[in-house]
Amino acid sequence: MSNLLNVSQSPHVHGKESTQRLMLNVVIALIPAFITSVFYFGAGAVIVTATSVVSCLLFEYLIQRFVLRKPISINDGSALVTGILLAFNLPSNIPVLIIVIGSFVSIAVAKMTFGGIGNNPFNPALVGRVFMLISFPVQMTSWPVPKGFGTGYLDAVTGATPLAVIKEGLKNGEPISDLIARIPTPSQMFLGDMGGSMGEVAAIALLIGFAWLLIRKVITWHIPVSVIGSLALFTAILWRVNPEKNASPMFHILAGGVLLGAIFMATDYVTSPMVPKAMLIYGCGIGIITVIIRVYGAYPEGVSFAILIMNAFVPLMNSYIKPKRFGEEVKNG
Amino acid sequence: MSSTVLITIISLSLLAFMSAVILYFVAQKFKVYEDPRIDEVQAALPAANCGGCGFAGCRNMAEALVKADSFDGLNCPVGGAPVMAEAARILGKIAPVVDPTVAVLKCNGSPEFRPKTSSYNGASECRITASLYIGETDCSYGCLGNGDCERACAFDALHMNIATGLPEISDDKCVSCGACVKACPRNLIELRKKAKKDRKIYVACSNCDKGGPARKACKVACIACTKCQKVCAFNAITIENNLAYIDATKCTFCRKCAGECPTNSILELNFPPKKPKIEAEAETANV
Amino acid sequence: MLKTFPIGGVHPPENKLTADIPIEYLPVPENVIIPVSQHIGSPANPVVAKGDTVKVGQVIASGKGFVSANIHSSVSGKVSKIDLAPDSSGYRQTAVFIDVEGDDWLDTIDRSPDIVRDIKLSPEEIVKRCLESGIVGMGGAAFPSHVKLTVPSGKKCDVLIINGVECEPYLTSDHRLMLERGEQILAGVTILMKALKVDKAMIGIENNKPDAIAGMTRLAESFSGITVHPLKVKYPQGAEKQLIKALINREVPSGRLPLDVGAVVHNVGTAHAVYEAVQKNKPLFERVVTVTGKGLTKPGNFMVRIGTPLVKLIETAGGIPGNTGKIINGGPMMGKAVTNTDVPVVKGMSGVILVPGEESVRERIRPCIRCAKCVSACPMNLEPYLLMSLAERNLFERAEAERVTDCMECGSCSFTCPAGRPLLDYIRLGKSNVIKMARQRNLK
Repeated sequence: MSNLLNVSQSPHVHGKESTQRLMLNVVIALIPAFITSVFYFGAGAVIVTATSVVSCLLFEYLIQRFVLRKPISINDGSALVTGILLAFNLPSNIPVLIIVIGSFVSIAVAKMTFGGIGNNPFNPALVGRVFMLISFPVQMTSWPVPKGFGTGYLDAVTGATPLAVIKEGLKNGEPISDLIARIPTPSQMFLGDMGGSMGEVAAIALLIGFAWLLIRKVITWHIPVSVIGSLALFTAILWRVNPEKNASPMFHILAGGVLLGAIFMATDYVTSPMVPKAMLIYGCGIGIITVIIRVYGAYPEGVSFAILIMNAFVPLMNSYIKPKRFGEEVKNG
Repeated sequence: MSSTVLITIISLSLLAFMSAVILYFVAQKFKVYEDPRIDEVQAALPAANCGGCGFAGCRNMAEALVKADSFDGLNCPVGGAPVMAEAARILGKIAPVVDPTVAVLKCNGSPEFRPKTSSYNGASECRITASLYIGETDCSYGCLGNGDCERACAFDALHMNIATGLPEISDDKCVSCGACVKACPRNLIELRKKAKKDRKIYVACSNCDKGGPARKACKVACIACTKCQKVCAFNAITIENNLAYIDATKCTFCRKCAGECPTNSILELNFPPKKPKIEAEAETANV
Repeated sequence: MLKTFPIGGVHPPENKLTADIPIEYLPVPENVIIPVSQHIGSPANPVVAKGDTVKVGQVIASGKGFVSANIHSSVSGKVSKIDLAPDSSGYRQTAVFIDVEGDDWLDTIDRSPDIVRDIKLSPEEIVKRCLESGIVGMGGAAFPSHVKLTVPSGKKCDVLIINGVECEPYLTSDHRLMLERGEQILAGVTILMKALKVDKAMIGIENNKPDAIAGMTRLAESFSGITVHPLKVKYPQGAEKQLIKALINREVPSGRLPLDVGAVVHNVGTAHAVYEAVQKNKPLFERVVTVTGKGLTKPGNFMVRIGTPLVKLIETAGGIPGNTGKIINGGPMMGKAVTNTDVPVVKGMSGVILVPGEESVRERIRPCIRCAKCVSACPMNLEPYLLMSLAERNLFERAEAERVTDCMECGSCSFTCPAGRPLLDYIRLGKSNVIKMARQRNLK
């Protein structure tokens, strides 16, 4: 035998998982949401998504090649996923330059400054989105209403999202029963026929994506279920106490970015806890903070802020919440 | 100025003044007495915080020097004699004379002498490879070439040579702090007494196998044939566990042992080339 | 619902290429190299010298201390030397080199094929016979069996668990042993039950061996107190602690032994060896080794004499394939890669796998993406990503606090990691440093 034998430590086999495959499965899970966004918002959806993806990949490539001088890793798919998720958080008529700035913040500031993939404490897409919200409040809060597949990029007509309608209405003292007429029905909201960001409107598409992620074992059920569950629980309590001043839990789940946030943003590997017990606490925290911001805060939508706030607690949770070790409880034989 | 501004300035100034007074008294009450000489000695030390003295940083060493009755056993290898003399002057003690040392690698098994017999795949750290198996050659004592020593060196004195797979120590940068000695999982690096003009003579091998297997694994292994010991007129060479060792304190650099060694296991570094009438192979001076 | 252990586990591809190949006796080689340390514990001391003539089954090295084992000659011939020979990791260990002449067995060994069920020895005599016959754990760990059969005062054993799981991919020696020597195994189990003074034995077999489950269940009907339990196929079901948890739902506490929950675990191969030692007076000098690999022309399960060089097994299996990249002693999850094929077969070698070149190189190491798949894969519920990070940075006190010593090195974490990180490499480093640190602490 002419070749030298390879020697390495056990195990000598490896499973089929790889970072690339995981990211690819996330992209596949986002395809239904992309289809619905194009269906409702037209060309704008395609342009915004394409710009975001290209910018994110480009910035990661440029930084790795010229600034850090490290091996290029854009083919692991994480910048692609960040690009798509960032796009899904935006209105479909947002100017291209703003998207590029947002992508820069997502990749360069929120991810690469901390050391690249695996080291960032905050969800990059959300950091980009929040930066854009604060820097360009007008463009970032004019949400197009769905006009159909043929809508041009700049033809979008904007209107108030269901959450905004409720928030404004309650501020003006109108009871919920009056406001119900001015927002889409639950089945409309489920199918996505409402104003909002591109990816958050169609609940059905997001749930299909969720099913795909679970089947392919990309994520576990803990975070999405605890986010949606805690949100439902607290809005249910508020609704029971005063149905005229608080919308129903079903409304809260279908309106706004809760499903998108719970399924795709909160479950981001790098910024979520490592232990199932901690994941449940993390999810509940997001749910509660979202409800607080929606009900008592200044913004109509609170999921992005809730996730970022809970991201800050994740290192603490990882340090103190440990899994119960095998054979831990019995101290003496 | 409006009254708001005036009130603000006055109240903030008052707050600042009160804080300052409180802090002053608290600092005085909880002050820890420290021998002022510790600061002086610390200023004399090189501030490298390398741990070569055996203490956790230069401050710790300064404290130890101040507390000690005599300087026996205490030495800063980085600063050397001038720094110890200065510390001695400050404390009114005598600094013992300590010979400066330099790190040497007791292995010369580059691929031309020590053939590769397997291919290692995995985390490239010597300490991990050493715990797994014998290494990529047949010598279970030799250098593994993954650079744990290079990473440990804080003075940029040690670099891995890609061609030979062995670390090279630069004499002018090595301060003998001992970090590489601790990092090597096979204990291949030794701190030897420095000689004039950076000359070195030492057995560049750590193989304790019997002559047969040692020689089969590496062409320049020490086979403990004892020829060097017999020719040394100064009793500087001991042979233990199938391995020869030259005591640097007794060696006079006469170079007779290197000429006798049948496997060229003894390295002579930084000497002028041997005169042509001696037929022994001239050792290449630079490694 | 098949029983299984609840936490962690992975599903490597099974590749049981040799499951249907009956055991074949490998011819006695021309010379053997028998190491004196084939077990956990102190190496044995050679009791023969150069030039001595030995017979098959004769003691050639005697165990030193309680946790040690005797070594017996597997061939008849002349001792050519007692010298150092490389083991699987390349480091040289003392071994007895014998040049083979004929196949002369000791007269005390009963070579008749009939199965003897009647146990004439007392429990203490059984343990003594195991000690004398050099019986060690045949599942791979090679722990001296007489130590496991000696129940210290204050502890009690109420159930014997027999490990017929063979969860490692590729390996089939236990499977074939159960199919072809089932009755001897069960007789051995009964002997072990008598030695431990228990009346209940449970045999766990993974569900990918339906013929073995059926066969053993049928045979067990004629033995009292032995039940056979199929288990869900999941690695590492065959690990002691996971097997106990799956079969009797007791968790062995961290740092303690199975005896602390009243169980003792033995491999089916060990039970078979105990039968031969007690009923046939035959010490341990041969074992079934699976020689397998995708490129081999004649893979199989061979009964091999201890000390046979690996190259002989590979020759009988059709010769070493040209594109072989790695040769593994043991299974692919926990086995050791060998550096050369002159390494001898030892008591704990359950299989040899020849891995083709493309599969033998590790993946490129990429940064950790904190996916926590290693956490969900770990059967001991540890956090491998954290243990690797701590070991890399030499934070061994924290590693100890994170229970790095609980790790049984099953490899599930490295197997799963999507970023190809060498988690187990660093965890082993952490373990060895923590053990060293703890030992120094206890000395003070």
